[in-house]
Amino acid sequence: MSRSRDEVVCSKSIPERMSGNEAVSYAVRQVNPDVMPAFPITPSTEIPQMVSSYIANGEIDTEFIPVESEHSAMSAAIGAEAAGARTMTATSSAGLALMWEELLLAASNRLPIVLTLVNRTLSGPININCDHSDGMGARDTGWIQIYSENNQEAYDNYIQAFPIAEDPRVHLPVMICQDGFITSHAVENIELLEDAPVKAFVGEYNPEEFLLNPGKPVSVGPYAVSAYSMEAKRAQEAAMERAGKVILEVAERFREMSGRSYGFFEEYRTEDAEYLMVIMGSAAGTAKAAVDMLREEGHKVGILKLRVFRPFPEKEIAEAIKRSGCKAVAIMDRCESYNGCSGPLGSEIPAALFRNKVMVETVNYIYGLAGRDFTVEHVQDVFAELEEVAQGNKEAPNHKYIGLRE
Amino acid sequence: MMGNDYSLKTMMEKPERLSPGHRMCAGCGATIGVRAVLRALHEEDHAVIGNATGCLEVSSYMYPYSAWEDSYIHNAFENAGATLSGVETAYKVLKKKGKLGEKDNFKFITFGGDGGTYDIGFQSLSGAMERGHDMVYVCYDNGAYMNTGIQRSSATPMFADTTTTPAGKVSNGKIQYRKDLSSIIAEHYVSYVAQTTLTRDFKDLHRKAETAIYTKGAAFLNMMTPCPRGWRYEMSEIMEICRLAVETCYWPLFEVVEGKWILNYEPKKKLPIEDFLKPQGRFKHLFKPGNEHLIELFQQEVDKRWEDLQYRCAR
Amino acid sequence: MRTDITKINERSPYTDLTEGLQLFAGGTSRLFRTGEWRTNTPVLDFDKCRQCLLCAPVCPDSSIPVKNGKRLDFDYDHCKGCGICAKACPFGAITMKEGIEA
Repeated sequence: MSRSRDEVVCSKSIPERMSGNEAVSYAVRQVNPDVMPAFPITPSTEIPQMVSSYIANGEIDTEFIPVESEHSAMSAAIGAEAAGARTMTATSSAGLALMWEELLLAASNRLPIVLTLVNRTLSGPININCDHSDGMGARDTGWIQIYSENNQEAYDNYIQAFPIAEDPRVHLPVMICQDGFITSHAVENIELLEDAPVKAFVGEYNPEEFLLNPGKPVSVGPYAVSAYSMEAKRAQEAAMERAGKVILEVAERFREMSGRSYGFFEEYRTEDAEYLMVIMGSAAGTAKAAVDMLREEGHKVGILKLRVFRPFPEKEIAEAIKRSGCKAVAIMDRCESYNGCSGPLGSEIPAALFRNKVMVETVNYIYGLAGRDFTVEHVQDVFAELEEVAQGNKEAPNHKYIGLRE
Repeated sequence: MMGNDYSLKTMMEKPERLSPGHRMCAGCGATIGVRAVLRALHEEDHAVIGNATGCLEVSSYMYPYSAWEDSYIHNAFENAGATLSGVETAYKVLKKKGKLGEKDNFKFITFGGDGGTYDIGFQSLSGAMERGHDMVYVCYDNGAYMNTGIQRSSATPMFADTTTTPAGKVSNGKIQYRKDLSSIIAEHYVSYVAQTTLTRDFKDLHRKAETAIYTKGAAFLNMMTPCPRGWRYEMSEIMEICRLAVETCYWPLFEVVEGKWILNYEPKKKLPIEDFLKPQGRFKHLFKPGNEHLIELFQQEVDKRWEDLQYRCAR
Repeated sequence: MRTDITKINERSPYTDLTEGLQLFAGGTSRLFRTGEWRTNTPVLDFDKCRQCLLCAPVCPDSSIPVKNGKRLDFDYDHCKGCGICAKACPFGAITMKEGIEA
């Protein structure tokens, strides 16, 4: 792959007010991908609408495929990307669930497709509001998953998605997630980047091998007997392992361009923290506000906001928690696993701690399902409970729901 | 109209675009049909071949052996239409952006069995046809899910003995007649639809494939390709089975050009349906004494549909 | 990065397989000999053959090569012995012989 991404062009910041969907669509305009197949679903519908408007007004020359389902959206994306076109799509909830089979194929065929996911709960009951059950349902499909706290991060993460996905060491699809309505529809301040630096940052897409390479036929999507299948899966996993390094390299280049820093996660007031909360997505903003208030009252509390969920930065999370020297950790899941004991983060983070021999009390909380409010008071309650648990005044509750009528 | 200067000799001299060494069964009808479709590609044109999951796919690209001389993509079972529509759209963009030369012409053909086309891939096919991608969807219709072991599909004819509609003490095989997919796709008002099968000189198939490939817009080819294993006839008899399907009007040859229905062949003397059913083991139970009425029912359905087709073509 | 499949086999370590098991080459199936499947073998009597070529398109295995307007002998590396060609020949020039040998 040849790409002129070596030099980073610094960008001025352009202050604006936008919703998360507008911010991502604005980034789509700047990246000008080749193909976008999409099918509307709340709350991500605005993205294909806005991209269609850009196309209708001649602002970009992306080809939009108005497919008849999300399964076909990802199928067409696979065809377009394999053919040599930079391809993206957008979806939410049931749309992602319908794509599930194809998500696996995008990854196993090693196609650097970018999907912007506006998180919404999965049915049933049918409900249009935010939780992470859609993204979490796709956590083992082989996609890189990056979660955003707000419109700014949704915008920044989307721009970084292409250089990560298309890096020859990776060649995996990337899912950029933002919280439905809370981020996607709420209008907030944002610092946009100029078009030219963004274009230079993302670069031209020139894959080495692709279906439409005249005289150089390619076959994609084989039947493989067992003698090859296990090796293929291991090779795919190796790409996911390499992705971590690439994500950090791209983040560094992004910092040079924009002045904004990103890592696997953000540590917010974790130094000397006695109590930590691990959280993902928009609720991290609420949690930070609560932490500021608690710190003023003298409570040593902090937040570890997970940005990169796949690849799972197991070692780094364990080290960060160890480094803080905290007594207890609240692990926040905006998703139920229906496994009878914990949410997805509630399973993976304790496993990371255990494997890295960081023995600290953890409590798993389930919050915000299907758009249920999550407030500063909830965060304060969680920290208060953690304190009680750590001081031995209370048994650690397991898998506790927040804001639930009991 | 294309194919009027058809010469079998010239056609057979063209470089083979489906290489030997694939793992389809001996005597398979599908690959005979696929070869014929690919011969209709002009030599100077490149192609991307799509494929729904099925016999053809698992046998023709078993890693690291690919029988395809052209670029090829298999994605899944139910999405050959959508997948190729993505490829075709990528082609439009790469052309538009000058990333492909003016002489680098690609054609887009996707193959699916009747399972991947009539049934599980029906929505994806309908979407791709409705959007009018410049591609050809070829259904190799062998009238059942052969890859998984001969289960009924909506293309399976009435009374066929399949593994999910077995003929038994109280069953005469499949109850329903069959879905008329060629007509359904024609009702999408796409550029071109044709129904064809293997004939002695392959002229019908060749001309329709060439027209489908070189007509701008979405085209659909429904190609009956018998399966010796599923239909249980003597495998060397495939050409005779196809001939009987046409001569009994079980599988009429017709095309729909820009909405105009054209009957391509009318038997001088329409043969009774028994002639088609008799050599096939899947209809053996119909020839037991006392089951004459079943054959009569089958004949009535064939007659009704043949009349409908004649009416459409005479409009 | 075009693929040489002779270097890929069932003992290759995972790092030696192509990315996504894509194949950067066409027609590699020729290296797989389906001729071994045969239980009956077609034999062409060149004296009886009138070169009408009606046998060539009916072969499911692309195993009747045609050159300069004439068919050549069978590609026995790949012919699976189905016998469709023998039935298609109007001149009785193809006979099916029992066994794998011509």
